[in-house]
Amino acid sequence: MTVEDPLLLLHERERLSQDQRAELWLGALVCGVIVLLLAMVVFILAQAWPSFAHNGLHWFGSGGNVDQQIEAIFNSSNNLHRAVYTFHAWPLIWSTILTTVGASVLAFVTSLFIAIFLVEFAPAPVQRVLEPVVRVLASVPSVIYGLIGVLVVVPFIDNQLVTQAENASVEPVISLTGGSLLAAVVILTVMISPIMISIFADGLRAVPRNWIEGSLALGVNRWRTFWNVAVLSARPALVAGVVLATARALGESVMLSMVSGSIGFSPNPIDGLIFFFEPSRGLAATILHNTEQLSSPPMEHTLFAIAAVLLFSSLMLSVTGWATKRPITRYFLIGGVSR
Amino acid sequence: MSRQAAVESSSSWRLSDRLGLAFAWFLGLLFCVICAAIVIYLLFQGIRYISPNLLWTNPKVGTTQNETGGFLAPMIGTLLVTAIAMALATPIGVGIAVWLSEYGRPRALARVVDSTVEMFAGAPSIVLALFGLILFRASFLGFLTEKNGGVVYGKGFFPAGAMLSLLALPLVVTSVREGLAAVPNHVREASYALGKTKIATIRRVLLPAVRPDIITGSMIGAGHAIGDTAIIVFLLGDTYVLQGVGNVPLLGTLRGTGSTLTSYVFDNAPTGDLNQPNKAFAAALVLLVIVLVINVFVDIFGRKARELKWT
Repeated sequence: MTVEDPLLLLHERERLSQDQRAELWLGALVCGVIVLLLAMVVFILAQAWPSFAHNGLHWFGSGGNVDQQIEAIFNSSNNLHRAVYTFHAWPLIWSTILTTVGASVLAFVTSLFIAIFLVEFAPAPVQRVLEPVVRVLASVPSVIYGLIGVLVVVPFIDNQLVTQAENASVEPVISLTGGSLLAAVVILTVMISPIMISIFADGLRAVPRNWIEGSLALGVNRWRTFWNVAVLSARPALVAGVVLATARALGESVMLSMVSGSIGFSPNPIDGLIFFFEPSRGLAATILHNTEQLSSPPMEHTLFAIAAVLLFSSLMLSVTGWATKRPITRYFLIGGVSR
Repeated sequence: MSRQAAVESSSSWRLSDRLGLAFAWFLGLLFCVICAAIVIYLLFQGIRYISPNLLWTNPKVGTTQNETGGFLAPMIGTLLVTAIAMALATPIGVGIAVWLSEYGRPRALARVVDSTVEMFAGAPSIVLALFGLILFRASFLGFLTEKNGGVVYGKGFFPAGAMLSLLALPLVVTSVREGLAAVPNHVREASYALGKTKIATIRRVLLPAVRPDIITGSMIGAGHAIGDTAIIVFLLGDTYVLQGVGNVPLLGTLRGTGSTLTSYVFDNAPTGDLNQPNKAFAAALVLLVIVLVINVFVDIFGRKARELKWT
């Protein structure tokens, strides 16, 4: 018999031990998950292609009213030969950038301080209360944040913060109803900071105690010691927390569609204080907002294009986080991520 | 605690350090206040509007809040969809975690798998929802959902549960991996020395040892799956009552469409289609209670996982 004999190969395969078979099965499972991710990227890009192809780089630019463009795209499905794809998504992208970056920066500062407080400075009883509180806040569904936002925060902004004069000054363009950038950023901050706090706190706890004690023994006070030794050496955990929380903020659709005013308008920083009260709608919220219109093929391609941009941004975020974490972990072999 | 034994007074510190400490105290307490405010506000509003009636009746079409029924169907929907999600995510997640920490060869593949799981953790749920929409419209998966002629709608409990399982998967994997990493190598070696194969060691020694971690991971995953709204709105059809397909009792329901508590709250919020804030508050209270109960369980099993000390 030659080696190529299929029967022999079959025989060979049968002789695989149970152990090897288990490894193969687990390997197949793992490969299946990779294939699933690839399939997701490919399918979404394929569906998104018509929209990108028609608009080119103008897709990301500004021009015209986004909401009117969406309506035109949706209605054009009645006439398939004249499908409209013109779509300039800048207001949506700008809104996503504003809310995501705003909430991430705010949450980063507050979470860092709260994590330091939680790990080092809080008295034991406060610590015992704070820890479950963080966990509960992290697991509250976003729709509940949205509900509270739309029934408490939005009316508060509308009644207490927005004045008549301010409303009159923007009357011809938009109306300030309380659903605003401010509400979106504030609630998003409350929503993502528990994620950051728990990861930061894990990282800070993992810093070897003798490093801190060494610094204390040199006469550096507790605050400075913690700030200079613990926070610096927990940098990988800080990066991991920021990446995870920012990804959550980027993909948040439900809460933002409820509190951000849901109008395709790009808030303008030149407007001064009114800037914070201006409504907008992010990318993810736009997809959710137009769920019903998926039946129209041009609209479907447009929504998938938005999803493709979101997916690409979140992948880039993971890659950036990985790339910044690596050089740090190479020199500081500790950190919150115990992998 | 010993480290608090000799706390130095901060009066000798530089002003910037003292300000920093004060700021940390302020933010920490503010955080507690915000959390308490959210929970108490929801409890207050929820208890005001909830009644046993709401829990036992299905949503109905009506004009006033008295006529529109309760949210029995969304509650069952939440239960079913989470059960499907966890039934998928737990075994797959455990499998991936075992492969990553026990086999993990070739190294390159392990690194790719690691980042794949990380990317699923970072992928927006709305993108997963859209992916599910194309995936389950494929005709070879048509048996899972409602079919009309040749058209597969791709909406129902199976698609929604499958996509939610992707959301929960990274959490299960992370938790089980941490558990496996905490098992010292000599435990495995003892098992090998007794003549056990690797897979037998995994099944008989390692998996029982990390059972609390598996439970914690899938509980956290279930918490996320329960709280997600985007996938439900897209893939569950968002119908008020459970609309089964065919005559098989449970399977028919699972192939059909429905709604969950999250989508019920979303629809009943002032920004939704129905605008019945009272109902939304009552449903949100139920949702919050479920999440809190899950948290308590996570706490209990998490403590159990940490109690297990290897020497």
